[in-house]
Amino acid sequence: MTATDQLVDRLAQAAPLNALRTPIAEVREALAAQAATASAGGALAGMPVVVKDNICTLEFTTSCGSRILEGYRSPFEATAIARLKAAGALIAGKTNCDEFAMGSSTEHSAYGRSLHPLDPERVPGGSSGGSAALVGAGVVPAALGSETGGSVRQPAAFCGVVGIKPTYGRVSRYGLVAFGSSLDQIGVFGRTVSDAGRVLAVISGRDPYDATCEDRDPLPLPAAPENLQGFVIGIPKEYFPPDLDPGVRRACDRTIKLLRDLGAAVRDVSLPHTPHAIPTYYIIAPAEASSNLARYDGVRYGPRPAGAVDVRALYRATRGQGFGAEVRRRVLIGTYVLSAGYYDAYYRRAQRMRSLIAQDFRNVFDRGVDLLFTPSTPTPPFKAGEKLGDPVAMYLADIFTVTANLAGLPALTLPIGRVNGLPVGGQLLAPAFLEDEMLEAAFTLERVVAPEAEA
Amino acid sequence: MSGTGAWETVIGLETHVQLRTRSKMFCGCSTVFGAPPNTNVCPVCLGLPGALPTVNGQAIRLAVRAALALGCRVHLRSIFARKNYFYPDLPKGYQISQYEEPLATGGGLTFPSPERGSVTATIVRLHVEEDAGKSLHDRVPKTTAVDLNRSGVPLAEIVTGPDFRSPQEARAYLLALKEVLEYADVSDCDLEKGSLRVDANISVRRRGDPELGTKTEVKNINSFAFVEKALGLERDRQIATLEAGGRIAQQTMLFDVKANAVRPQRSKEESKDYRYFPEPDLPPLVVPEFWLDDERVGLPELPAARRERFAVQYGLPSQDAAVLVGVRTLADYFEATVAAGAEPKPAANWAMGETLADANANGGTLRLAPAVLARLIGLVRDGVVSNPAAKRVFAVLAANGSGDPRAVAESLGLVQVADSGALGGWVDAVLSAQPGEVARYKAGESKLFPFFVGQVMKTSKGKADPTLVTALLKARLAG
Repeated sequence: MTATDQLVDRLAQAAPLNALRTPIAEVREALAAQAATASAGGALAGMPVVVKDNICTLEFTTSCGSRILEGYRSPFEATAIARLKAAGALIAGKTNCDEFAMGSSTEHSAYGRSLHPLDPERVPGGSSGGSAALVGAGVVPAALGSETGGSVRQPAAFCGVVGIKPTYGRVSRYGLVAFGSSLDQIGVFGRTVSDAGRVLAVISGRDPYDATCEDRDPLPLPAAPENLQGFVIGIPKEYFPPDLDPGVRRACDRTIKLLRDLGAAVRDVSLPHTPHAIPTYYIIAPAEASSNLARYDGVRYGPRPAGAVDVRALYRATRGQGFGAEVRRRVLIGTYVLSAGYYDAYYRRAQRMRSLIAQDFRNVFDRGVDLLFTPSTPTPPFKAGEKLGDPVAMYLADIFTVTANLAGLPALTLPIGRVNGLPVGGQLLAPAFLEDEMLEAAFTLERVVAPEAEA
Repeated sequence: MSGTGAWETVIGLETHVQLRTRSKMFCGCSTVFGAPPNTNVCPVCLGLPGALPTVNGQAIRLAVRAALALGCRVHLRSIFARKNYFYPDLPKGYQISQYEEPLATGGGLTFPSPERGSVTATIVRLHVEEDAGKSLHDRVPKTTAVDLNRSGVPLAEIVTGPDFRSPQEARAYLLALKEVLEYADVSDCDLEKGSLRVDANISVRRRGDPELGTKTEVKNINSFAFVEKALGLERDRQIATLEAGGRIAQQTMLFDVKANAVRPQRSKEESKDYRYFPEPDLPPLVVPEFWLDDERVGLPELPAARRERFAVQYGLPSQDAAVLVGVRTLADYFEATVAAGAEPKPAANWAMGETLADANANGGTLRLAPAVLARLIGLVRDGVVSNPAAKRVFAVLAANGSGDPRAVAESLGLVQVADSGALGGWVDAVLSAQPGEVARYKAGESKLFPFFVGQVMKTSKGKADPTLVTALLKARLAG
């Protein structure tokens, strides 16, 4: 059996997770075609990578978990995909996600929910839940996802894998279907820090097709230091609220002790504007989404309902039938907060709060703190349906991750233990474009942490 | 201003001009006009999922140049913004424009008002934006087709203050604006191709009232003549409404060319709230300071200054200066002709006369080299050919593209004959053929003299030197 056959087998066996959007036959065909042309000497030679369904590929459809893009095939591929292929990686299919990356459980996919690899009753997190589930189930070593408010880190934490959200501007967004453009970044999942870091290194770097991508060389992958002596790691108190899940807290406390044991100086710090992060995020992200999703009007691509009498009716039918409830909710919120008379009260104030949140981080990093350590999520993976009826409860699942998106900072989650057999993630945050320091600490911590241990 | 009596009209203009670039504002697609529908398109200007805009520096340079030519302050940092509205030919559902922080503000343009002499309109702002596509309503029966070739073409929007007091003034400003933009080589300003489009805000108020009246916006104006017509109609409508005790509703009016009327846009066609917000796909637009210096230095002499100089340097009447300067290429042609040795006034007459007529008949091409024209003008000055004969020589030279004026004149047999023997023969022949007229002339009908000159010229087939003919005729008829 070839490596490709084994991969296709594993993907087929994982079908019950509903994590993969691409039919197995199509994956097999595409892998064969890529194997024939793949660069054998590349940094990722032969590494299969699955890709969230909101990143444009030439190989498969790009439907963003939405009916409105059902069957849509992009005529171009994302910069990140082109770089993966050039490095010898094999694009092994598209993964399920919340519609247009809006959600924290992958329950908001038009193509059905994905299952947690360890407990089918639970969610894998979201929105990049399909990617997280396939890495968590050991099907692929790495995957691409996307982040707007935690959509890589939260499912990575839930599925017990490593997830990295790079600095805003580290990775080109060209070919990533936009949700909240000022927050969106392509992120990576890996079984290990090394797998995730290697993929990140390949997809990072300047891109003339994305004006918001920084003019920087690709990220060099650091080596793991012997210990963390010289590192000052801040513990922001706002990320350890009284209602934090006790298991998550125990896993974090144990990890903080490990950091100390590794020689890091651990310091309590405060990020005082943290409580405003979720409201701020739920103004800015929907505002941008309402504009970014305006193009799905049935005029140029995607399914067009029959029988519309005029163009207004066509818009209404296309968008009313094509978008799910969560997307419609956010488009409405976003349209509202940008409207004349409300813009100053909502959008402008949210932008001001966003700069205060970013300033919180700068204040801490300017006072000698190198990295921050926090829980990645407030709870272990929750049950399917548990938060579906309560949007705000769902939004709060991202409470520890949205801040890095608002501030544009790099952040990483890695498994730090288990609660009742379910994974818990710990998060490292770094100053902008200091992914290398974040990865050094993650490499070192990964060697000593016991991800399978009950907290 | 006739018919407006106690009312004063107040007009402000928003002009969109297409910047003369080879590629579009945010992608590499061609801006060429008239290509088959949807052939100059790519993921970016089609607004496909995942595509992102990147700024065309040349468009910014041209906009900076336009701003400097209009005396604006160029802001080294400005912000792109999204203007959100749904329309089938707007592929992203928003237009990338500028809103709160435009590229340039605070300029002015002086133009000749037909009523108030020289007037300076305030340029409130100049910003850059992308064009939308085109909805084609007559291409496919009962269907609207969309052509996105124009989608993403770079535009500058130039907004004036409420500075015009009549539709005629608005038109005069537009002509001056077009002149400046053509001089600065910023835009073709070709109305037929839609590379210059105008929206107007118009209100009326009682003369002396310091408050502005409620304004309406008049759209869909695509010629300078229509600007005057549409605004005149809307002004009259507003005055009639107010005089009848009605109120002006703040709304958008469309000019209907066929009906020669303005009508309110149906509210369904209108989207009042554009939900502008800063474009997150583009960082702030930063103009390098040296661009400003480059463009300032590289800015050509502008029309107002050139008209002034033509009057002073060449002693031309102001009407001549205005006609010549009005077409940059023509003014350049005139100056080249003078530089090649022609006297300014004849050079101006030729440029405005034969040259312009020939160019208009030949797709705007100035077919004859200025140096050749200068030599032809020299032949007229030296009495070698008459003025009417020179026009025939010009026609031949222009058709050939070049040639020696003297050789052409000779080959056409148009070189004037100064030989008194030949002249005497033609004069005698005319006088003996017209005994009646000669008798009347001698009886005191001196106004017949030009008739005799004309007859001699005709007999000589244009070759006789009119000055010598005159002298000879005077002598013979006096005898």
